[in-house]
Amino acid sequence: MRDAAPAKPGKGPLVKVVDLARYFDVSPPLLNRMLEGKPRQILRAVDGVDFAIGKGETFSLVGESGCGKSTVARLAVGLYRATRGSIEFDGHDFGRMTRRQDMAPIRSRIQMIFQDPYASLNPRWRVREIIAEPIRAYRLLSGDRAINARVDELLRQVRLTPADGTKYPHEFSGGQRQRISIARALASNPEFLVCDEPTSALDVSVQAQILNLMKDLQRELGLTYLFISHNLAVVYHISDRVGVMYLGRLAEVAPARALFRRPRHPYTRMLLDTIPDMDMTGRQRMPVAGEVPSPINPPSGCAFHPRCPFANDRCKVERPNPLPHDDALVACHGVEEGRVPEGPIAAPRAA
Amino acid sequence: MQNEPLLRVDGLRVEFPGRRGTLVAVDDVSFDIAPGEVLGVVGESGAGKSMTGSAIIGLLEPPGRIAGGSISLDGRRIDNLPYEEMRRIRGKHIGAIFQDPLTSLNPLYSVGRQLVETITTHSDISEKAARDRALALLQEVGIPAPERRIDQYPHQFSGGMRQRVVIALALCANPRLIVADEPTTALDVSIQAQIIALLKRLCREHGTAVMLVTHDMGVIAETADRVAVMYAGRIAEIGPVRDVIKNPRHPYTVGLMGSIPRMGHDAERLTQIDGSMPRLTEIPAGCAFNPRCPYVFDRCRVERPDRMAVAPFHEAACWKYADGVGHA
Ligand SMILES: Nc1ncnc2c1ncn2[C@@H]1O[C@H](COP(=O)(O)OP(=O)(O)OP(=O)(O)O)[C@@H](O)[C@H]1O
Ligand SMILES: Nc1ncnc2c1ncn2[C@@H]1O[C@H](COP(=O)(O)OP(=O)(O)O)[C@@H](O)[C@H]1O
Ligand code: SF4
Ligand code: SF4
Ligand SMILES: [Mg+2]
Ligand SMILES: [Mg+2]
Repeated sequence: MRDAAPAKPGKGPLVKVVDLARYFDVSPPLLNRMLEGKPRQILRAVDGVDFAIGKGETFSLVGESGCGKSTVARLAVGLYRATRGSIEFDGHDFGRMTRRQDMAPIRSRIQMIFQDPYASLNPRWRVREIIAEPIRAYRLLSGDRAINARVDELLRQVRLTPADGTKYPHEFSGGQRQRISIARALASNPEFLVCDEPTSALDVSVQAQILNLMKDLQRELGLTYLFISHNLAVVYHISDRVGVMYLGRLAEVAPARALFRRPRHPYTRMLLDTIPDMDMTGRQRMPVAGEVPSPINPPSGCAFHPRCPFANDRCKVERPNPLPHDDALVACHGVEEGRVPEGPIAAPRAA
Repeated sequence: MQNEPLLRVDGLRVEFPGRRGTLVAVDDVSFDIAPGEVLGVVGESGAGKSMTGSAIIGLLEPPGRIAGGSISLDGRRIDNLPYEEMRRIRGKHIGAIFQDPLTSLNPLYSVGRQLVETITTHSDISEKAARDRALALLQEVGIPAPERRIDQYPHQFSGGMRQRVVIALALCANPRLIVADEPTTALDVSIQAQIIALLKRLCREHGTAVMLVTHDMGVIAETADRVAVMYAGRIAEIGPVRDVIKNPRHPYTVGLMGSIPRMGHDAERLTQIDGSMPRLTEIPAGCAFNPRCPYVFDRCRVERPDRMAVAPFHEAACWKYADGVGHA
């Protein structure tokens, strides 16, 4: 049993990811390898993740820098080809498709929003052209009148005005630029939006505007989101279900509230412990020792074992598989064996 | 305040003269910090946090300049000193920590060499004693096995370890004041928590005063004793951290607090402050927040509010409090 069932019953998953992996060859050039006798180096950015997302659901991935979130995002929109495993969208498996035209029937139904809204908008185009581009590319409408009317509608949908269409991206603030990229993403009537840190570059007050907009649009248009962020509070706010990633794998997958109310995996609990206490309850946080190891030579067994206060010999050799615990999936020997106690972890202090 | 202030900033104004007129990046900013106290400074990007910090450490990039007000350290004016004298004060009494640790580290020198050089320029001790002190500092900021790491170069350290080295560098001369500008913004959450715990401990143990600039209210809540909220170059609200977070008075702070998603708070929508902070060229007359303020009234559009007391040690620059509400 390795499927994370979508939370919303009665609706089949729109997106289903099974044993998805993506490796990168980061070896030094062949000549150097021969001269210096260095081996080939493979970086396992994503190394076997499973999840499913129901229609209209928001599934989020959290985790620290380099754990593979963006790589999953790029796999999920077909920007990378999978090294192993499958990604099914509405029944089409496109994980290993090689030819562009293979993806044609589903390409317009999946869109992506990036962290840096400026880098992803062509600075020399007017906003109207930027938003119209996917409409023209997929030949969704013909004739300038129809296209312009559609662009006006999209601008209003993201709470901008048709008059904004005549301006250039640099004339807008960061939050407004993110609205423009959302409008462009919506132009092809997608069902599935992959959002990679869409608010991480924004100030909190602007982030609130974008998160509210994303929730409104989801309700209005029935969108399904794969949402990626390193900010646990943002993820708590936006998600139905959450997957916690560590070094290319999923440590825990659970409904958002359950995950935050009752985290089970030691890494999830450590991450939760790093969140500053805004409510000023005087809760003592335990800063955890250590940093994320390199994904080129990840630790054996459970990749978290060098930082885990519950690690034992089994953890050092055997890779834990995700197992169901109530409505969560947890990949941890300690949890499976019942030797990870509930409640706060007294993690080893930072050295 | 229990102690005499170590740092006093009074009516600070920072300007950028330009071809199309002069931009005022920091406007009439006043606050002080006592020894051992952490003052958090929050606000959205462009609010003037970094310019305030740069003015204090005497590192405003030209054409930026201090155009008014004063900055005193331990009762002595430091805003009008010749460059060399300020450089000496900076090395000896003020430590600076920036967002990107690489800006403070020289990639060509080993970490140990940078520490030893900084230590020997500020105190009259032997190379050997300086190296021992460098090792002790690395230990103190939580670098494991410092004897093995001291001769390594910055690129051999991870981001979190580099920031620790920068903190060690800032501590070399036992500074009285540390200005930390977004010291954890570029770091992972688990590392961020470690660095913050470290700053807090140093402040407590050495009695160092800290000005902690960040846009992260959570970091402030954890670390600061008092907090100043900046908006469009001015301090909108300043007060004890618990007071400001639990009972914000300025409408901007109220909106800001509501816009922060929080764990365990189930809100379908976040409070939204419509619009965005004005550019320096378009700061509205009267209260700079008035076009976005849900409480705006006539006076706000014409007259600029100064800070007024709203509770003990707690001030807000808002006309709502003009009739002396909460006057101590
Ligand atoms: N094209 C690539 N070639 C080589 N390595 C890559 C490539 N893309 C990503 N990686 C590596 O894969 C790992 C995962 O990267 P990824 O960008 O998915 O992380 P992330 O979780 O999105 O991190 P962040 O929070 O910093 O955005 C990292 O070690 C990264 O350096
Ligand atoms: N060299 C410069 N010329 C003109 N304006 C500048 C310059 N440097 C900074 N500013 C302006 O000063 C204001 C305050 O900047 P800063 O203190 O860096 O903000 P914060 O640190 O709060 O994000 C901003 O509006 C910024 O655009
Ligand atoms: S498998 Fe072992 S090392 Fe990994 S998280 Fe669980 S207890 Fe810790
Ligand atoms: S002075 Fe007026 S506009 Fe400004 S914050 Fe107060 S009520 Fe709002
Ligand atoms: Mg990423
Ligand atoms: Mg700044």
